[in-house]
Amino acid sequence: MGNLLRLALVLAGKDLRLELRTRTSIISAAVFAALVLIVFNFARDPTAVATLDLAPSVLWVTVAFASVLAMNRGFLVERENAAFDGLLLAPVPREALFLGKYLANFAFVMLVEGIALPLFVLFFNLDLSHALGGLVLTMLLATMGFVAVGTIFSAMVVKTRFAELMLPVLLLPFMVPPLILAVKTTVPLFAGRPLSEVVDGLRFLAIYDIVFVTLAVLLFPAVVDE
Amino acid sequence: MLSADPALVIATGLARRYGAVRALDGVDLALAAGEVLLVLGPNGAGKSTLLRTLAGLLRPTAGTVTVGGRLLASDAHDVRRAIGLLSHQSLLYDELTLVENLVFTARLYGLPDPAASAATALAEQGLAERAHDRPRSLSRGMQQRAAIARALIHDPALLLLDEPFTGLDAVAGDRLRALLAMHVTGRRAMVIVTHHASEAWDLATRVGVMVRGRWAFEGPRPAGLDDFQQHYNEVARG
Repeated sequence: MGNLLRLALVLAGKDLRLELRTRTSIISAAVFAALVLIVFNFARDPTAVATLDLAPSVLWVTVAFASVLAMNRGFLVERENAAFDGLLLAPVPREALFLGKYLANFAFVMLVEGIALPLFVLFFNLDLSHALGGLVLTMLLATMGFVAVGTIFSAMVVKTRFAELMLPVLLLPFMVPPLILAVKTTVPLFAGRPLSEVVDGLRFLAIYDIVFVTLAVLLFPAVVDE
Repeated sequence: MLSADPALVIATGLARRYGAVRALDGVDLALAAGEVLLVLGPNGAGKSTLLRTLAGLLRPTAGTVTVGGRLLASDAHDVRRAIGLLSHQSLLYDELTLVENLVFTARLYGLPDPAASAATALAEQGLAERAHDRPRSLSRGMQQRAAIARALIHDPALLLLDEPFTGLDAVAGDRLRALLAMHVTGRRAMVIVTHHASEAWDLATRVGVMVRGRWAFEGPRPAGLDDFQQHYNEVARG
């Protein structure tokens, strides 16, 4: 287990270093998130729908689409010089390969969410100080689940010609359950309700995480071995 | 068509199908440490498929591969430690420097001192001064040497080379031949896939010709290249 985690951290560290060099997916995902928030900000009619009613949906729609952009690059970097063959050749358990990619994707998506959240607060003029703890917990739990699905789909589509188009098509249906749960959890938090009122939603998110992280770890070897 | 034991690499009845196409069709192979097998054949003969199957990158539809007495299918983790591959492509990340690429590889292989292993591997290939350059800034010949450094960093017992001379000029080709000759040792076997026998003829101890996924010929290297070339042309034409 210790070796598995060590190898996963080596792999994730490599991906983070590559991303810090190029900043391709982080910058594009962060700019995309900002643009979506700007569009929503100008498209809404504050006299028709209360900001508090609209805000949770806008936040999670922004997070969902920006996350897909961030996750797209996960395996695309491995196509360069057939680098993925180098990973498959190494004496590294396939589960460690998955966990490495998963950790890197999780870090990217959390970073994008970390950039999107202050912009969201700015555009929607919300005071989230009372809801910040619960919101961060919701973001962590929702992200853990859909990043697992995104990582395995990203590995599946990387060998196809239209990998960048295929990923959202495959991933978005699987993102619906955690997004619904995340929105349902966020609404009471924004309304100033205590964390105890959203425990059920958080529990369901945790169940989704356990199920899909386990499934992804088990299925990954079959996805990458030819 | 099996060579003398004790064999370091044994492949038995290797087959690989892509739908109806038989890329490999019952290939046997036995290679002892110190032997260098030159694999020739026309396009689509199954040479690269054989190499990728020996490397564990492709699962055979039938048959087994054993390296150092361990079965690739069941002991993949340990067997991979014994295999190095020089592919068509460098397997290096363009956004990492050479030394970063090799340190990363050394960590994947669990080498005790990744930084020292990377420095040694680069120095052996004459790339110590380019250690902090990125692969894409190097000439094709240097990229190939960097790829060899990557393939050899864990001192594999079996080195697989897929058309290693492609894209190299005459000087770089000669240099690569000299480098490979240095790495032919009594405890390592090599399999070199190429289109041109002359490129690695002097390195080879055995020669195999593949046609339509099978050995048309496999045995000790014949004495004369010219005579063999004539024979090869006849065999390759079928």
